[in-house]
Amino acid sequence: MSEWIRVCLFSDIAPLGSRIAASSQGDIAIFRSADDQVFALRDKCPHRGGPLSQGIVHGDTVTCPLHGWKLGLKDGQAVAPDKGCARRFAVKIEAEAVWLQLT
Amino acid sequence: MNKQKLVVVGNGMAGMRAVEELLKLAPELYDITVFGAEPHPNYNRILLSPVLAGEMTINDIILNPLDWYNDNGISLHLGKTIERIDRTRRKVIAGEGLEIEYDRLLLATGSTPFMPPIPGTDLPGVISYRDIRDTDEMIATARRYRNAVVIGGGLLGLEAANGLRQRGMEVTVVHLMPWLMERQLDKAAADMLKVSLEARGLKFLLEKQTEAMIRGESGRVAALRFKDGLEIPADLVVVAAGIRPNTALAESSRLHCNRGIVVNDTMQTYDPRIYAVGECVAHRGINYGLVAPLFEQAKVCANHLANFGISRYTGTVTSTKLKVTGIDLFSAGNFIGGEGTDEIVLHDPSGGVYKKLVVRNDTLIGAVLYGDTADGAWYFKMVKDEQNIREIRDHLMFGQNSSVGDLGHAGNAHAATMADDAEVCGCNGVCKGDIVKAIKTHGLFTVEDVRKTTKASSSCGSCTGLVEQILASTIGGAYTPAQSNNKPVCGCTEHSHGSVREAIRTQHLLTIPAVMKALDWKTPNGCASCRPALNYYLISSWPGEARDDPQSRFINERAHANIQKDGTYSVIPRMWGGLTTPSELRAIADVADKFQVPTVKMTGGARIDLLGIKKDDLPRVWADLGAAGMVSGHAYGKSIRTVKTCVGAEHCRFGTQRSMAMGVKLERMLFGMWSPHKVKLAVSGCPRNCAEAGIKDIGVIGVDSGYELYVAGNGGIKTEVAQFLCKVKSDEEVMEYSAAFLQIYREEGYYLERTCHYIARVGLDHVKAAVVDDAARRKSLHERLLFALQDYEDPWQQAVQQPALRREYEVIKLQEVPA
Repeated sequence: MSEWIRVCLFSDIAPLGSRIAASSQGDIAIFRSADDQVFALRDKCPHRGGPLSQGIVHGDTVTCPLHGWKLGLKDGQAVAPDKGCARRFAVKIEAEAVWLQLT
Repeated sequence: MNKQKLVVVGNGMAGMRAVEELLKLAPELYDITVFGAEPHPNYNRILLSPVLAGEMTINDIILNPLDWYNDNGISLHLGKTIERIDRTRRKVIAGEGLEIEYDRLLLATGSTPFMPPIPGTDLPGVISYRDIRDTDEMIATARRYRNAVVIGGGLLGLEAANGLRQRGMEVTVVHLMPWLMERQLDKAAADMLKVSLEARGLKFLLEKQTEAMIRGESGRVAALRFKDGLEIPADLVVVAAGIRPNTALAESSRLHCNRGIVVNDTMQTYDPRIYAVGECVAHRGINYGLVAPLFEQAKVCANHLANFGISRYTGTVTSTKLKVTGIDLFSAGNFIGGEGTDEIVLHDPSGGVYKKLVVRNDTLIGAVLYGDTADGAWYFKMVKDEQNIREIRDHLMFGQNSSVGDLGHAGNAHAATMADDAEVCGCNGVCKGDIVKAIKTHGLFTVEDVRKTTKASSSCGSCTGLVEQILASTIGGAYTPAQSNNKPVCGCTEHSHGSVREAIRTQHLLTIPAVMKALDWKTPNGCASCRPALNYYLISSWPGEARDDPQSRFINERAHANIQKDGTYSVIPRMWGGLTTPSELRAIADVADKFQVPTVKMTGGARIDLLGIKKDDLPRVWADLGAAGMVSGHAYGKSIRTVKTCVGAEHCRFGTQRSMAMGVKLERMLFGMWSPHKVKLAVSGCPRNCAEAGIKDIGVIGVDSGYELYVAGNGGIKTEVAQFLCKVKSDEEVMEYSAAFLQIYREEGYYLERTCHYIARVGLDHVKAAVVDDAARRKSLHERLLFALQDYEDPWQQAVQQPALRREYEVIKLQEVPA
């Protein structure tokens, strides 16, 4: 298992908002849902590579800003009829901070 | 917890649509049991005619295959009729001792063909036309026999006759009335229809009453005799003399029936545990035999079965389309006319085209189209919406195309004539064939369904009209255009834009969660469609009170720049009225050098676009531009964009008014204005109109005696020429009238509705009454706009100066531990 890396304070992400974390594996979008869960996906829509971090978060889904694809925050899967997947990363909230695991 | 039990009697289109709608709303609420009298799963009864004509097969028309029932945990009993309902013990009793209890019961027993009391209807070879069995029997008969007679020249009778003719029989249609399809067509259209059906080999006997069907030597029907003594040979008689609601079960259970099972607006019968939908129902005394109303009933019924309790069925305006390949025929609403109505008629007998529009008080109330039905869906929508047609009355007859400049499909406007490989949706690359295939294989009935399945018309929407046409021509009478005025905002709610706006205003709602709670939103925090709409409605209804929610804004408005395909942004500083200075240009050039801006371009709105800027550079770019006095150009927003100007009387030898100064004044007044969609203005200094004011949301044209004001033009998705609003004398009046027009649009427009669509919906007269004729109203609109815009600060400088806002632009660098 790889290490947990501290990203930012939990309060640094607005509810229904997101942040971008730049990593050796490319940009990673960190989302916060209305019920204060955090999710992390590769910041690249499977459709045309749009930055998912810039989308509108609703429920456990984010809508890509470029062409409106919807992706599940939990699994990175596109909502039908679109097909595709954005890579998912493990995240957790601990000691008021958000932690991410690169795999 | 034990689930409630729902029993559905009737496995047809109405009953199963209700179950489908119910499963969408409350998938876990009921254990569902379905009884069907036919041995088939739910199929599309409307498409039996193409099956009979050999254009489709039974498999093509199955709507819910057996797997669907399994997958949704529905117990299905096929080939079983219910003998009676024990309402006291709440159970249904089928044959062979099968009894099922219910908490709620849904009757969808459909209708039965009407058999006129004529001797011989019980002979072999005499059938009705209702189901797969009848269709199979007709196909089998056509292989062995020659002469067919169809009794009834209505929709069903003609489709049967055409099918039998296609299968090689000699077909005579017998009709009691003086013309065909008298309930759907006027005489002129019916006569043209008769001529073209005769050209296909059908024979007609009109105003003929059948006296008896005569038995032949084989025991089978052999001939038909009329009251006037004429006899014609008949090896097959198809009786299509109308249908009657199938109320036998309801009546034997002593449910109140009156030409149908009587239901209220929630589709509930006189027994509150029993609901009914479909052809078996009488709603407000009307019994519907077409599929579109049945689907609306099903949706309302499902809403109540799911305990939502907010939906009502108030009746349907219906339309008809004959499904005989090669014959284009459409009718809707009241097409006969009468006292107080006007008829607009186009009749070209040799060209095979007939169109009649019936108008009452500037509203289209009905239409008959023959030979060219491309605009059927467009007219039908107007009839349903009761849209005021005064402004378009003079070209109404010439259809949608005469006023449409929709782009992206090579100018195609008639779906029927398009080839299968012709592109319909230019945004998503969807061809006509893809759409037709999806409609047939997935059993789609609405534009929304087509959009979800194929993505056609899901981006810019300019091809929606074409998609509607393809849908209408593929499924015929089953097509239900969405009532555009009452269309739900999105899948998160049943409420329309209009009712949401009204609730926000009347209930003084100030936050998105408050709106969602008050209006029973179905999703916890909406979606990317409804949240931006709600945010706009809140800040425009309650300026100074409702707080803007950045997370409910599309990224461009949240980041104050336009996102590009590679995730970089474009920055467009405002140039008031299209004017700039050497120092501004120097600052722009310096920014372009310093941030290595890859592309610098002039925009269509007369300003300079810096393209390819990284998001985390944006605040520093803005700081440099701000130091030279430049502010946001809002080129990214549903907001005031630009006021384009010509040179005007300041320099031009033809100029009558100082258009540059006027443009700058307007743009400064409107700075920071959010609106339902983007807003563009132009000011020209003389009628040569070099600023192209004729295609702007507001176009101001200077003349020697003052200014002419034009509104609701559009140069983009739908090329639309602006309409004359009024003439004014002074600069101050230009400001006041323009502000008043924009404020009424801001207060009444639906989100993402441009001014041209807004005016098309409410009518220019409505706006004139408020903005031109009523000085007090105009002044208060003007004041409300100024109130909403007071204290607006440049969002760029706010982001530069406030660290909390800058977080939006900062990227977190992960501190990775070296391996």
